[in-house]
Amino acid sequence: MQTFFQQVINGLSLGSIYALLALGYTMVYGIIKLINFAHGDIYMLGAFWGYYVINVWHFNFIAALLSAMVICGLSGVIIEYFAYRPLRHSPRITALITAIGVSFFLENGMAYLFGSNARDFPQIVKQVNYNIGGVRISNIQIQILATACILMLLLQLIIRYTKMGRAMRAVSVDNDAAQLVGINPNLTISFTFALGSALAGAAGVMIGLYYNSIDPLMGMTPGIKAFVAAVVGGIGSVPGASLGGFLIGLLETLVQSVGLSAYKDAVVYVVLIVILLILPTGIFGKNVKEKV
Amino acid sequence: MIILKANLKYNVCWFIVMAAAFYLVNILVMVGIIDSFIENMLVTIWINVILATGLNLIIGFAGQFSLGHAGFMAIGAYAAAIITQQVDTVGGFYLSLVVGVIIAIIAAVIVGIPTLRLKGDYLAIATMGAAEIIRIIINNLKITNGPAGMFNIPQFATWPFVYITMCVTTIVVVNFINSRGGRIIMSVRDDEIAAESMGINTTRWKLAAFVLGAATAAIAGGLHASYLQTIAPNDFGIMESISILIIVVLGGVGSITGSVVAAVVLGVLDTILQDFGTLRMVIYAVALILIMVFKPSGLLGTWEFSIRRLFASLKRRKV
Amino acid sequence: MTTLLKVNNLVKKFGGLTAVSDVSMQINSDELIALIGPNGAGKTTLFNMLTGVISPSSGTITFDQEGKKISLNHKKAYQIAELGLARTFQNIRLFKDMTVLDNVLVAMTNQYKEGFLQAVLRFPKFYQTEDVIVKKARNLLAIFDLDKDMHKRACNLPYGLQRRLEIVRGLAMSPKILFLDEPAAGMNPEETAALAKLIRKIQKQFHITVVLIEHDMSLVMNLVERIYVLDQGTLLAEGTPKEIKQNKTVIKAYLGEEG
Repeated sequence: MQTFFQQVINGLSLGSIYALLALGYTMVYGIIKLINFAHGDIYMLGAFWGYYVINVWHFNFIAALLSAMVICGLSGVIIEYFAYRPLRHSPRITALITAIGVSFFLENGMAYLFGSNARDFPQIVKQVNYNIGGVRISNIQIQILATACILMLLLQLIIRYTKMGRAMRAVSVDNDAAQLVGINPNLTISFTFALGSALAGAAGVMIGLYYNSIDPLMGMTPGIKAFVAAVVGGIGSVPGASLGGFLIGLLETLVQSVGLSAYKDAVVYVVLIVILLILPTGIFGKNVKEKV
Repeated sequence: MIILKANLKYNVCWFIVMAAAFYLVNILVMVGIIDSFIENMLVTIWINVILATGLNLIIGFAGQFSLGHAGFMAIGAYAAAIITQQVDTVGGFYLSLVVGVIIAIIAAVIVGIPTLRLKGDYLAIATMGAAEIIRIIINNLKITNGPAGMFNIPQFATWPFVYITMCVTTIVVVNFINSRGGRIIMSVRDDEIAAESMGINTTRWKLAAFVLGAATAAIAGGLHASYLQTIAPNDFGIMESISILIIVVLGGVGSITGSVVAAVVLGVLDTILQDFGTLRMVIYAVALILIMVFKPSGLLGTWEFSIRRLFASLKRRKV
Repeated sequence: MTTLLKVNNLVKKFGGLTAVSDVSMQINSDELIALIGPNGAGKTTLFNMLTGVISPSSGTITFDQEGKKISLNHKKAYQIAELGLARTFQNIRLFKDMTVLDNVLVAMTNQYKEGFLQAVLRFPKFYQTEDVIVKKARNLLAIFDLDKDMHKRACNLPYGLQRRLEIVRGLAMSPKILFLDEPAAGMNPEETAALAKLIRKIQKQFHITVVLIEHDMSLVMNLVERIYVLDQGTLLAEGTPKEIKQNKTVIKAYLGEEG
């Protein structure tokens, strides 16, 4: 039972990273129906930014986190402006390939500039382990969980109660109608990218702290996992993405803990397929029937 | 009879084109212009043509967004590797291709029946998951030598064999598209509900296209393993599926000619960029983004080259 | 005259909403029938049930295939189509990226066979089959003056021709019953009149039953033999155009109090 709770704690920490990433996927997908393949690489950018400012400018955790969010949000907006906006009315598969292109560009551009080998992330927060009834939990884990929860709560507040949030919801339901009532879709979409990418940036800094190692290709696998999480939760649904992220994180650590670590990804995909077969649009996804 | 004769003319023309290309390559190899480096490029391009036409059949013609092509390729590759290491003869190699195709078909049916009910991106992510499951299983089996992969696979797939196989699979795919079956899958792509009310069992035909695409992918995998002589599970990951998808979209979704052209363009680009080191992938990425932004429907859109139309326009010009 | 389709107490509920309630009707061979009613009366829902696009909540649909009674309740749409029930759609559903000819050929799918090997290896038999089937499709298109456009993509046809192509496609299935869902929607009076003539002509020429949903009363009254009137999901009346014109409840519901 103790190991089970231990794995739950580990799973939740990992899951909160996935959840932060999945939120970006789900918001972008909800608003322009694009699988933003480069999202995982924004997270990598966040980690590298954190690495840089902590090492060079001696930022503390909060400053590194916030500055990474700003920088990543900005990168997201720039990427959307140059690579995705011209393709707003093209076939969706074209936009997807462009997103893949952007992902290649970021990964290899970083590898070209800074080398492709992994590097140690500076440990600004000294790790302290607490023991609660035999379950070991570190201050970093608590920090990650708390930060992720605060960010998700903030996001929820922004989406629910601000003018921009309402605009986001309106554009994702019906872009044309939103335009008719005076919403600027370009601005709204840029804002969505900024929000999603900022969350990815935060996740990047936190994963650096948690796993202590970063490299230019680090965004690929978590990116795909987070996308799977978003689909499981019901892509386009914000609470769904959070739930999906935690679910995938938990599943992965639990499978690993029963000694099937070689199959942990396979189990994730099996669960994905099973959930889609039962709920074709994910847990919180809306199933739209075609009208005849 | 008249129809038969007219069609015979076009078919003979195609045959001449394919044979001429073969002899051209053959001569260039003999005089040494095509060295092993260029030969490697050509074979890679041809294998990519097989993969891309198969995936284009599934995505462009049947309208089913599959991201799991590499999984079926892996099956073909490992079948070829395992069997030819046991039966080190040409017959063994042929047998391995057949076995690979059969296993890929079975896998495609198992994957397809449940997942093809899904639509669009959901289907893409489910097929991607299925392909990853295949890869992870291969990664953990003893017979496949786990993550290290297999090496010293006997080389039976020489360039002429790969070339001929590419021609045959392309002919099969193109002829299928231009027949009853092809019309049916395109109708399912355009409007599933209307197709159903024309008496078409849409589930069955979606599966048929998926299975045919998977079978060609298995053949490509077999050729890949036998030509390169080494394979590892990581060669068949998500990135491989994506690079096949890139060929399809770059050439034009729904244009087999486009897939061939894109496979050639990317193959040549890749070879030219060989000297650029790390910068290679950066340039590749920028090229990809630029082509997509300025040519959103791919290089050729849905245009197809047709000898029949070429003749028709030549005739018109003469008159 | 035999009964082709018998509908008993058909009900369709969507959640709490009853779209069609307790409808019974019968459709005979060689008939031209109209189904009329105001918007939201459940006409298309009824069509969708008869052609298997959606399944009824309760009630029975029975099809008479040369004396054999076949229940359509649990049949899939494609199986119902195979039995000889063809349809068009209110919001045109052509195979828009295929040519006009290919649209018709798809509808003829179940009238010819092509083996996989035969097709991919191009046996002589393949060319012969294709030739026969293409000629047949061409002849059908010619009836509707569509043969000159047959290599155009369906989405490039003007609206009126798209509607016509849908009817050709239905006919190409050589159906026993052809359901037309608002075939004249969006057409001007002349086009509508021409269409009415055409419908009459094909119904006689192909000896099929045509059931059409229509808003345009003038089209219906001079064209069909029998009318079913639907209102708020229930069957209000059934009879010849003359009877319907004089039916008090119909006048009240459909034409308004003053009518």
